[in-house]
This record gives sequence, C-alpha cells and structure tokens, in this order.
Amino acid sequence: MNFKTATLAGLAAMLMAGSAMAVDIKLGVLNDRSGIYADLSGEGSVVAARMAIEDFEAAAKGINVEVISADHQNKPDVASTIARQWYDEEGVDVIVDVPTSSAALAVNEITREKGKIFLNSGAASTDLTGAQCAPGTAHWTYDTYALANGTGKAMVDNGYKNWYFLTADYAFGHSLEENTTKVVEASGGTVVGSVRHPFPGTDFSSFLLQAQASGADVIGLANAGGDTVNSIKQAAEFGITQAGQALAGLLIFITDVHALGLETAQGLVLTEAFYWDLNDDTRAWSERFSAEMGGSKPTMVHAGVYSAVTHYLKGVDATDSKDTEAVMDWMKSNPSQDQVFGEGELRADGRHIHDMYLFQVKSPAESSGDWDYYKLLATIPAEVAFRPLEDGGCALVE
Amino acid sequence: MFELLGIPPQALFGQLLLGLINGSFYALLSLGLAVIFGLLNIINFSHGAQYMMGAFVAWMGLTWLGIPYWGALLIVPLVVGATGVAIERLMISRLYHLDHLYGLLLTFGLALIIQGLFRNQFGVSGLPYSIPPQLSGGTNLGFMFLPNYRGWVVIASLIVCFGTWFAIERTRLGAYLRAATENPTLVGAFGINVPRMITLTYGFGVALAAFAGVLAAPIYSVNPNMGADLIIVVFAVVVIGGMGSILGAILTGFGLGIVEGLTKVFYPEASSVAIFVIMAIVLLVKPAGLFGRTA
Repeated sequence: MNFKTATLAGLAAMLMAGSAMAVDIKLGVLNDRSGIYADLSGEGSVVAARMAIEDFEAAAKGINVEVISADHQNKPDVASTIARQWYDEEGVDVIVDVPTSSAALAVNEITREKGKIFLNSGAASTDLTGAQCAPGTAHWTYDTYALANGTGKAMVDNGYKNWYFLTADYAFGHSLEENTTKVVEASGGTVVGSVRHPFPGTDFSSFLLQAQASGADVIGLANAGGDTVNSIKQAAEFGITQAGQALAGLLIFITDVHALGLETAQGLVLTEAFYWDLNDDTRAWSERFSAEMGGSKPTMVHAGVYSAVTHYLKGVDATDSKDTEAVMDWMKSNPSQDQVFGEGELRADGRHIHDMYLFQVKSPAESSGDWDYYKLLATIPAEVAFRPLEDGGCALVE
Repeated sequence: MFELLGIPPQALFGQLLLGLINGSFYALLSLGLAVIFGLLNIINFSHGAQYMMGAFVAWMGLTWLGIPYWGALLIVPLVVGATGVAIERLMISRLYHLDHLYGLLLTFGLALIIQGLFRNQFGVSGLPYSIPPQLSGGTNLGFMFLPNYRGWVVIASLIVCFGTWFAIERTRLGAYLRAATENPTLVGAFGINVPRMITLTYGFGVALAAFAGVLAAPIYSVNPNMGADLIIVVFAVVVIGGMGSILGAILTGFGLGIVEGLTKVFYPEASSVAIFVIMAIVLLVKPAGLFGRTA
C-alpha cells in the first residue's frame, strides 16, 4: 500500500468512525446449546448479545463486533478446548455466558492465562469472585451466595428451620449447599443432612425418600434446570409436599416454572435477578427478545448477557481500545446502567452487584396466562444481596 | 428396631421398590433392543430417540387432538411403530448384508437427527404431561407412599415383557421368527414372507420403545434428551443380560434397576456408574453376558 492510498484509507476510516479509531471485537458466546441448560442460556444468550450490540449502535461508534457461539455441553473439558481454540486461533477477545460452574471455572483459568476478558452470566459458583477471581473476569447475574441469601433466609424466617439438601454432585451444587448452610445456620436454622445426586439425573425419587426419612421441615434443592424440574415433579408425586415438608428451589429459572406448569410450581419461593414483568423497560426489552425467540420470555441469564455486553461495549468505546486492563479498569470505575438491570456496579473482585428479587410463583388462578408466573415478595438491595467484598478472599481486593 | 447396614428396613423396602420401578423402564427398553438385535442383528441406536418420540407423540395427542392417556397407550406405539416400519423398509433393509457397524452408525445418525428436530421445535426444558386421573394419588404401604401410577408402571411393564417373551419363545409365530434368523432362505422356501416378518419385528421393537415412552411421560419430563440419557444405561443392561437374549434383557433390566436403587442409598455419588462397573465385571467373567449363548 503506498502513502496516498494509506492516507485515503485512513481518512475514510476516520469519516466512518467519527473521532474514534475503529476497534474490531470478536465475542464468543459459550454455553449449553443442547442439554438441560439450553433453554435458560443457549441461543437466547446469543440473541441477547446481538441486541446489546444493536442497541449500543456499536457499528456507528466504530466498534465492529463479530459474534460467534459454541456448545460446551456442560462439560469442563469441552469448554476448555473451545476457549483455548477461540483465544489462540480464532482471535476471540471476550467470552460470554458459560453456565455450569465447573465449566465456568475452567474458562476462568484459561482467560486469566491468556489475559482476555470473561463476562459470566450463567454460572453460579462464588469462587469466580472469591478464591479464583481473575483480573479479566466479571461475574454478572447471580451467584450461590445471592441465591442462599434470598431464598434460604426467606424460608428460615418463615419457620422452616430444619434443612435437608438434595445436591447436584458438581462444583455448583456443592457451592450452593455450602452457602445456603451458612445462611441457614446464621439465621438460627440447622442442617440435618444431605444427599448428592449424579448430574444430570432423571429419577430423584430415591433421594427424595431419603430426604423425607430425615424428618426435615424443608428440602433444599441445590440443583438446577431439568434436575430441579424433575425433583419438584417427583416430590409432588410421592406425596412429600402434601405430607408437610416444604421444597426450597434454590435456583429456579422462569423456563423451569414454564416447564413445570403452575399447578405443580405454585407457591415456590425463589430468587432471581430479573423478571420480564418488573417495569416498563424490562417489559419492552423482553417483548423484543420474545419476538426473536419464538415467544419465550428471557431468563435472568439472558438479561445478564445483555447487561454485561452493554457495559463492556461502553468500556471499549470510552477507552478506544480492547485492552483487557484498560477496559476492565473503566468497567470497574464506572457504574453500569441499562434497560434490564437498571443501575449496577462492577466491584474490584469482578462481582457485578444490582438488586435481587424474591418472588413467589403464582397459583393458576392468579396468573393471567402464559409467562405470567411471579409475584414480587421483596426487593433485596444490591448492597446486601451479594457477598461482602472483604469476605470472598479475592486477591484483587487490597 | 433393627437396622441393616445403617438403613432402617422401611427405607430399604422403599428403595427396593423404587429400583423395581426404574427397572421396569430398563426391562421394557432393553427388551425392544434384544428383540431387534436377536432377530435382525441390528444394534438399534435410535431406540432412545424412539422412546422419546413415544413420550412426545403422547403429548401431541393430548394437547392437539385431545387423546387421553389410555388412548395414547394403544395408539402411540402403533404410530411410532409405523415410523419404525418405514425406516426399516427405506434404510435399514439395505444394510443387512454389511457389518453390524453400519446399522449402528445409521441408527445413531437417525437418533441425532430426530433429537435435533425435536429440540429445535420444543426446546429442552420439557413439556408437562399429567398423570391420568384414575391413577393419581397414592397408596400408603406402611413403609412408603407408593404413587399409584408407579405401581401401574411395574404391572404394565411385567405384562408386556412376559407377553413378548411368550410370543417369541412359545408360539408358532415366534418359532417362524427364530427360524428366519437362523436360516432365512430355508424359511422363505416354506412360503413365509421373511422380509415382511423382519420389517414387522423392527416395527414391534420400536413400538415397545414408544410404549415405554408413553409410560414415562407423566413421571419424567417430556424432553428431547430423555432417551439419550437413558439409552447408554439400557445398552449396558443388554450387554450384561447377553446380546439378543429376550429373557436375559427382562431379568437384568429389573435386577439392575434394583442394584442401582440400592447404590442410591448406600453411596449415591456412584449410582450413575454402578451399572457400568457391573458390566465390566460381567464382560470379564462371562463375555457373552449372563444369559447369552456363547457362539
């Protein structure tokens, strides 16, 4: 390229991009696209990321974003392989979503090693912002502390003091059980036992009967997705709830309630970061999302992807670069603001904090139809919803 | 009150019964596989997908056409069995002269396509299917609360398994079938339409899977992966019982359900691998399986 064409090309780029330089970003959405978490993350997260890019008008600001996606099958080894390939060969700058804590922790380590950015929405383990926190990692939507702190505390406060856990046997289940145990004990309850089931499972009746035999007031379901759906269905079938034991679904997504039907799900208390019917902004956003997803409403994971990608793009725009340190610094020192989560803040340990909500599932009579599922019991303010910064043991917090 | 290995007897009886219920599904599914393998020499990897189709067609029947559970129990195996007949005629019948591996690859590919189509259409979270009103509720057995529907599953499975065993091992039609597998040319020479018999046998095996799918619809979530999760275990059951042995498939199906149920009490973390450990041991000690004939 000679001097003249180079100057012309430069001029053209400046004209297109205004004052900023053009930044090319490759964003990889890595999640479950075929297994038990595919409805709560899956293609919906790709749609949410695209919506964030369109709403930010990234192209007009000189930020060219290419979105790619892949299926990690909820397996840490598959997730690691894809993450390495994306960073090393495909030039991916930022990995988004990654449900399944064991897979997320694997991607977290690779991201640290490669010095890239990881915006996690789908996973739950508090280790992402605790012992294993990394400079390029932001944990956006929820975590096991927030869930325990919401649902666990609410149940104990309502008189359900003796707990028995039905726990998915991997990083997420263990973390959720541990966090809920702490909350239960701190609020004056006790844990009488627990059983760990293989992940993913099909038949939970055996474990449920063990839980019933324990005589606990409440069975804490430290599992997610299809496992939770089947546990709740089978608890009803075996007369466990009718016999007086309560169920506490520690992680329930709106897609799970949809699959269960209100008849079975009614009365469940659950903690979420987002519900489509919270306010005008969430309703408008969810309406657009539904239109692209065949009528399904977004889960909090989808909303989290939108919120995280929006804040990230603001960082790229403000710093005119995709340098990990510069962008993360900007993201941590400026509040986030968007249509789905409202105001929020990204802390030094990578934890994004925002209000969490305690919901109860409506009865069929209270619901006006498909997807009208929750009534709001309480709003848990951002300052108390998440684990205090100093308690996580993250090395980035001085 | 006495205890056995730290478990009160009440809990143990309960768990044995649960094992038997899960065993009913293993038995029904492995029976279909054994019939197909025994008589066609095809390793039907799409069996899990056909089980899933059974559950979905039952759901479609109820939701779109208003066909209740009891109707579905009869109609769905026929409908899904008919798709099996079509698959056998159009595709599988072209592979009989080739190695087992080709049949396995074809049916595995079909399974992936069928699952993918359902996943695209219905998502993975699953669809609700209610227990029929006649069987809702449960019975208190003293040591446990047995949902009536689960009791029905065990009975239905026992009847169908026994009926199939009887038809193949003890009737004239069964004798023709077995003869046709040994020597198709000779049986054909006696004026029996061997290809048609084989087609119908495949259809019947598929219908068994669909029947199990209808039975499963009210208790497990109706989702596209339901068969894929189960089919690997069912293959282990068939291998332990002895490939192609009808009685072996039935007995090991129920037996392994119980063994798995007990693992869930004594060492829950190992419950998903218990069956495979047993499979490894059986293969080492008796490579043809517990009820298999060594060639």
